[in-house]
Amino acid sequence: MVIFDIKNLNTWFDSTQALKSVSMQVLANEILSIIGPSNSGKTTFLRMLNRLNDLNPHFKMNGDVQFDGEDIRKVDVEFLRRKIGMVFALPLPLPLSIFDNVAYGMRMAGIKNRKCLAQVVENALKQAYLWEEVKDRLAESAFKLSGGQQQRLCIARTLAVEPDVILFDEPCSGLDPISTAKVEDAMVKLKEKYTIVLVTNNVKQAARVGDRTAFFLSGELIELDKTDKIFTVPQDKRTDGYIRGKFG
Amino acid sequence: MWITVKDMRKFKEFIIEKLILICGIASIFFVVLIFLFLLKEGFSVFNTVSPFNFLFGKSWYPISEPPQLGILPLILGSLLVTLGAAIISIPIGVGCAIYIAEVVPGKIKEILKAGIELLAAIPSVVLGFIGMVTLVPLVKNVFHLPTGLTALSGSIMLAFMAMPTIVSIAEDALYSIPKTYKEGALALGATHWQTIWRVMLPAASSGILAAIMLGIGRVIGETMAVMMITGNAAVIPDSILAPVRTLTATIAAEMGEAVVGSEHYFALFAVGIVLFVISFIINVTADLCLHKRQ
Amino acid sequence: MKKNPYRTQNIAFFFLFLATLLIVVPVGLIVVIIIQKGLPAINWQFLSDIPRHGMRAGGIFPAIIGTVYLVTGAIIFALPIGLLAAIYLSEYSKDNLLNRVIKLAIVNLAGVPSVVYGLFGLALFVIFFKFGASILSGSLTLGIMILPIIITTSREALESVPQSFREVSLSLGASKWQTIRHVVLPNAIPGILTGTILGLGRAAGETAPILFTVAAFYLPQLPKSIFDQAMALPYHLYVISTQVPNVDEKIRYGTAFVLLALVLFMNLVAIIIRTKFRKKKKW
Repeated sequence: MVIFDIKNLNTWFDSTQALKSVSMQVLANEILSIIGPSNSGKTTFLRMLNRLNDLNPHFKMNGDVQFDGEDIRKVDVEFLRRKIGMVFALPLPLPLSIFDNVAYGMRMAGIKNRKCLAQVVENALKQAYLWEEVKDRLAESAFKLSGGQQQRLCIARTLAVEPDVILFDEPCSGLDPISTAKVEDAMVKLKEKYTIVLVTNNVKQAARVGDRTAFFLSGELIELDKTDKIFTVPQDKRTDGYIRGKFG
Repeated sequence: MWITVKDMRKFKEFIIEKLILICGIASIFFVVLIFLFLLKEGFSVFNTVSPFNFLFGKSWYPISEPPQLGILPLILGSLLVTLGAAIISIPIGVGCAIYIAEVVPGKIKEILKAGIELLAAIPSVVLGFIGMVTLVPLVKNVFHLPTGLTALSGSIMLAFMAMPTIVSIAEDALYSIPKTYKEGALALGATHWQTIWRVMLPAASSGILAAIMLGIGRVIGETMAVMMITGNAAVIPDSILAPVRTLTATIAAEMGEAVVGSEHYFALFAVGIVLFVISFIINVTADLCLHKRQ
Repeated sequence: MKKNPYRTQNIAFFFLFLATLLIVVPVGLIVVIIIQKGLPAINWQFLSDIPRHGMRAGGIFPAIIGTVYLVTGAIIFALPIGLLAAIYLSEYSKDNLLNRVIKLAIVNLAGVPSVVYGLFGLALFVIFFKFGASILSGSLTLGIMILPIIITTSREALESVPQSFREVSLSLGASKWQTIRHVVLPNAIPGILTGTILGLGRAAGETAPILFTVAAFYLPQLPKSIFDQAMALPYHLYVISTQVPNVDEKIRYGTAFVLLALVLFMNLVAIIIRTKFRKKKKW
């Protein structure tokens, strides 16, 4: 099943073009890794999906991006962003308690019942593999957690609003290898219920985790295929060059 | 059709965001309003006296019959006091700004900056009072004058009111010069002072100019301190040791006696228009200087 | 013989030091004089009694109360409008002509001479709206005068909240206003508080705006409604220094002391909040 259907997407920041004629699909319950050197447009592409680029007054786009069959520009943006969650590169807890961080999205959606919130918070923290470590200190400030814990908190926070898709923007760039491994494990388990799009600078991580991999270069989608094919017999010379570390 | 909770929230947010927009343009609204009301009350004076005679007339006797409404003595009074204050406050203010920005180490810098900020906060009536009881007798004695209520006393006091503005904005200007300018010069063997004098000051010049303009703007607009220490002679001063009357002090001193709707009343509003226009020009120019740098 | 550049530097730095001294020392002197000569006048009676003998004796209580009323009124007017305006500038406005014009208007409002505010208050509130010389007219005039301070400091406080917080909130499905209300505003409160207190300090010390809009020469009883006139500390100091002869020096210095202490105290509190906030910032 197709979750995102993208046809001929072009985007600009003022007069600088960031994405050129990108066409692709994201399939349900897959992990799609997006790789490419810096400034290749990977993050711009990711932020297209939950319309976070709208925050930038210089942003313009044309083309067709459909989520679940509907043009994302026509869907209510708050609804869209609850359905498409995002985990950012640096752990970014809000200056609130652990509980309030996870409950934030639901509170903004209008859910106030304390028992209901507590239940959802617990479920989300369990899915992010953080519950055991924080269950006794939910009222503490989120800043007291370690970097890896904070990032899993951010995952839990996104899960709490029951999205269909989770976008990961270089989520392990600030983390040590052990925390990175924990986040990657969580991603693989999450695939059962969610669709995951992962932007990463770490080519090996893409190979470990992704079902399919997309290679972006200078705003263009060069190649998109099953991960094992991309990493063994890539079609395009540039894909091969990047994966082997010849540039980037 | 049901109205959902979400619809209610969206409606509330719509109203709030409209309110925010209205408040956003409120400042434009107020500036225009001030100017309009000044015009409304002040323009009628030009039925009695032509703008040329108003601005350049040498006699200000608003309560004589017929009233003489030339504000040249007042303009010259303001000018004289402001000039004197500028001569004193610019070198001292810029010098202090350089000292704080470049010479003094961190902890002392914070204390000095706080001290300057506190100086800026002293109400003008308090400075006027202190000027009255200390500076005025001092000037009288030092220069052997019949009274110490002179333009000079005003200039000195007003210099104190301008200096915090000049110091803090000039200091900001110096602080925001890219470090590479300074490091480059020092690496070439220049002394610290040579770097300041030849590289940093020119680089910060538009910011320092803006600082001076804003300081001067504050001086021109000052009312209470001048009222209390420059004397109140609305005549063209012959030296800096003579009593003068500024535009601001005239309004403050005479509005209490002017009958609403009389020519005197309109004339005072017309003086207000002149002050508003002067401060508008100074502020816009200073702002352009600050933004040109960025 | 070539001039030694280090000697030039030493001379230059000496003059810079002198310049700083020329500012700092007189300020210190002013404060010391006022404390020295004003403190003896301060006792409970001075602060709580009404002026007597044509203000040559007695206390300054009505002036203190009047100042409190005026400052409170000014903030009630200026804070909501100023805060919303700051939110507009920080969160909603774009980099266009309107934005430039608004910023220019704020700079202008900040630079308008205080006596011109007095004229404006007279023309608009006292005469046109027919409020008369009253606490209402005075508060509104002072409110417009401190609007630029509130707007500027609040805007800086809002802009210093990291953009990433807003992105996180929005990506969880919150609306723009929800983000402002639940994430941006709470984290900007110390800065907003600082600006408010600075505005209060400024409003408390100004004389010219209240000369024709509210200030009363002498009121035997306290104002009972916002349509009454009131005495105020700055105007009172002006009056007993220049309009009333033979006032005991102690009373003049005492009044100056109370006014100065009030204003400096408020500024000090604002500075302390600002410094503590900068140290405590978790981001």
